[in-house]
Amino acid sequence: MQIKDHLREEQAFLSRAIIAALLVILVLGALVVRLAQLQVVEHAHYTTLSKDNRVKLVPLPPTRGLVYDRNGILLALNRPAYSLELVPERVEGDIDATLERLGEYIEIGEDDLERFHKLKRRKRRFDSVPVRVNLDLEEAAHFAVVSHLFPGVDIKAQLLRHYPFEEATAHVLGYVGRISRQDLETIEHSQYAGTSHIGKIGLEKTYESMLHGSVGVQQVEVNSVGRVVRVLEETPPVPGQDLHLHLDVRLQQIALDALGDNNGAVVALDPKTGGVLVLASKPGYNPNLFVEGISSKAYRALQGNRDNPLYDRALRGQYPPGSTVKPFIGLAGLETGTMRYDTSVYCPGFFQLPGHEHKYRDWKKGGHGLMDLDTAITQSCDVYYYKLAYEMGIDAMSEFLQQFGFGEKTGIDLSGESSGILPSREWKRKTKRQPWYPGETVISGIGQGYFLTTPIQLAAATAALANNGHLMSPRIVAFSETRPEYARTPLSSNDRPIPIQSQADWDDVHNALLHVVQGARGTARRIQTDFYSIAGKTGTAQVFSVAQEEEYIEEEVAKKHRDHALFVAYAPAEDPQIAIAVVVENGGSGSATAAPVARKVLDAYLLPRLYGEVAEPAVPRENPS
Amino acid sequence: MSLSLPDLGDLTPTDPNRRQGVLARIHLDLPLLLGLALICAFGSVILYSASGENAAQVERQLVRFGLAFVVLVGVAQIRPEQLYRWSPWLYVLGTLMLIGVLAFGDVGKGAQRWLDLGVIRFQPSEMVKLAVPMMIAWYLADKALPPASSRLAFAAVLIVLPVLLIAKQPDLGTSLLVASAGVFVLFLAGISWRLMGGLLALGAAAAPVLWLLMRDYQKQRVLTFLDPAKDPLGAGYHIIQSKIAIGSGGIWGKGWLNGTQSQLDFLPERHTDFIFAVLSEEFGLVGVVTLLLLYLFVILRGLYIATRAQDTFGRLLAGSLTLVFFVYLFVNAGMVSGLLPVVGVPLPLVSYGGTSLVTLMAGFGMLMSIHTHRKLLPR
Repeated sequence: MQIKDHLREEQAFLSRAIIAALLVILVLGALVVRLAQLQVVEHAHYTTLSKDNRVKLVPLPPTRGLVYDRNGILLALNRPAYSLELVPERVEGDIDATLERLGEYIEIGEDDLERFHKLKRRKRRFDSVPVRVNLDLEEAAHFAVVSHLFPGVDIKAQLLRHYPFEEATAHVLGYVGRISRQDLETIEHSQYAGTSHIGKIGLEKTYESMLHGSVGVQQVEVNSVGRVVRVLEETPPVPGQDLHLHLDVRLQQIALDALGDNNGAVVALDPKTGGVLVLASKPGYNPNLFVEGISSKAYRALQGNRDNPLYDRALRGQYPPGSTVKPFIGLAGLETGTMRYDTSVYCPGFFQLPGHEHKYRDWKKGGHGLMDLDTAITQSCDVYYYKLAYEMGIDAMSEFLQQFGFGEKTGIDLSGESSGILPSREWKRKTKRQPWYPGETVISGIGQGYFLTTPIQLAAATAALANNGHLMSPRIVAFSETRPEYARTPLSSNDRPIPIQSQADWDDVHNALLHVVQGARGTARRIQTDFYSIAGKTGTAQVFSVAQEEEYIEEEVAKKHRDHALFVAYAPAEDPQIAIAVVVENGGSGSATAAPVARKVLDAYLLPRLYGEVAEPAVPRENPS
Repeated sequence: MSLSLPDLGDLTPTDPNRRQGVLARIHLDLPLLLGLALICAFGSVILYSASGENAAQVERQLVRFGLAFVVLVGVAQIRPEQLYRWSPWLYVLGTLMLIGVLAFGDVGKGAQRWLDLGVIRFQPSEMVKLAVPMMIAWYLADKALPPASSRLAFAAVLIVLPVLLIAKQPDLGTSLLVASAGVFVLFLAGISWRLMGGLLALGAAAAPVLWLLMRDYQKQRVLTFLDPAKDPLGAGYHIIQSKIAIGSGGIWGKGWLNGTQSQLDFLPERHTDFIFAVLSEEFGLVGVVTLLLLYLFVILRGLYIATRAQDTFGRLLAGSLTLVFFVYLFVNAGMVSGLLPVVGVPLPLVSYGGTSLVTLMAGFGMLMSIHTHRKLLPR
């Protein structure tokens, strides 16, 4: 091994550095020679080319795919719209003065000015900036007469996204909005050349890549003022794919109407396919406002609204499931062998842990008396489930419930859903760093305590109960269609089978659910119908806890502290075609407010299917608010 | 105000810290700093025109300059011995993250370059641009130079591994920069010219291997790079328009904000990769030569700092970082003037964008650190 000779190495490095410096100078010199060749020797040639530069590339934006409901009704379309646009560079004189003069002919509001200035800052001065959008024909004609007074100001026609059902589909479809700086960081720029809008939320965002299509390009010859003289070459754009949904917008409207003045959510699924028939959240908002940029005042009003209309309750709202979880716990009791179908439990109106004073009360003050699984579901006895949960233990219970998707996202093809909470020893240790207490098992048995579910989760679990153990990820989109070939690509749901110990256990639970509606003492007997059979379960979720010795009296509690009303169901019971979950916020009891909502949706879906009645086609409302 | 006396241990009369005053005390090199600031200032003027007088865009770029200078000052405070110790760890970390990107990276704009660390999104290939020359310099510094051929072979492996990982993303521009950073260290370490030629031949031979590693759509992207006419949006169109912009600029240029090619929307990507053409059109040969002289000044100052460095590691690292800066300049200017194929490399310190800016400034921070943290060596 050589010994390090510092001086010699320094010398060697110096010579290499000098060679490097010389090389750098040589290469830069070559570069200058090249530039001089272009800029001095061939200058005249390139000046001519520059003056005659007539060939431009014009991007051709694709038209966005349309969205249809299951009956072929258009939910999202592209509508020609006129907008008044201004190119800052071409305006003679002061821009503000021009805007003020424009205001004498066409109404320009504060919101318009605000948007104009915001967009102008982001654009280059030879880009066109919208001043007013959605001009009607009369306004456009009015401006055309005086347009010669306003150089640099033009009427532009473009296709704008429009959602005819407004609020009814707002949370499902989401909306498109102008491409923002954040959007630019995640998209291929050339694909969006010439496109002004992009899916921001909801289906428009999840399916952006399919709806967008791909950009085309045109090589055009322009004259000296930049007008296109002829097209030299063209690659046409490929339009976005159309999406056909499982959603039935008529049902969606009926569900929202049925909720009345209450806030809440309704989710209905086809238990055979996992297709989403209804995904309604109330209140909603008008997505069309966002397409052309909502004014900050209107946006603040939406955000500040105490009913939170921007919040999608169906996917993100987390509610204690209350008694709607009882059929799942009952099934868990049977399948784990904790209880038999005919095991009797005496309900004195309360339950106590061995050696503890605390009374876990039943909703019925005097108690239900002797209960078995069927009567405990039918009459929704709490004490039975306190005892069952306590004997089964939290570990077996949460392991079983997890198979129905509680505590995790359903995997629906929309982003932003919440996962809810399935209480377990593990969950509590991780999030609260505390041990599990037996009392918490007891109240988990009636869907209270830490237990939280989303309406979509409840619907998916109910569908899995109805179809004998196939937990499917709900799907909004049934298939996509490529234009102009009209080739259809089905988008199927994934299916997670739940192992069945004994079919008899499942049948017992199915029967008990049928008795909830059809039985003489069922909690939901009020929604019974002669036309088909409904299996369901009511639920009431506490928002506000009542002290141990007090009583909950609905009339005395402020509306916002009133219990949430829940109802889950499937029908027809012998061959389920629809599974539904209803949450009515602060609705009081499940049987009084939530079950009738479900009945209306079931009627609307099943009667035409079972009896061939012709349903009125859905139409957008004039002013639904 | 603290009353404790500063450590005067190494403040001898010949100490540069004392001679050069305040800037040297915070470990900055005035000539280099001035050169960089002038390039950034000139760049902002060109950007204002290239962006279509978009003040917001220029403001954002100025904020990035500010941030990048903060990084430079911060890195300059790190002692070279510290950089030396970190080198292998940075290299290992960077290479692991490159593997991570391929495994779980975010696909941004069609290539997997980003690693999402929860709080920040991070481009490991940027870190590797610094880690590779550091690693090779570290590896070669402790033994006699020029390196024995076995050590050279290992160094070549150290270079090729991250280069292949980056090429697979695929990011050809960056893999080219990283490869050249490693090769420059070898060149400066004094390996023989014959070996140098051999290495270049090896690099050429590695190209088919690289090709085999790529997937079909990646190959397609490379083909488009090499044969611009295949691109429907026309990279060939880019080059034609860019040459017209440069040529029609002439000696004196058309004047600031008056370039018809750039202002009338003929020149694509004029504020990013093709900003050199905007400069050539509006400021002419005079403007271009001015900017090139500024770059040359920075490069020569960097090489001077390298020759004045006190140990082998500092010399090799400073020299390599400076020469990589030159490669940036040459690849971009060569592409815009039609001498080289279209490879996505920005014009250093001038093109709009922040990722490479921070890496470059961190590199210059290392140069300043090497130059200003001096110890007395027994001679």
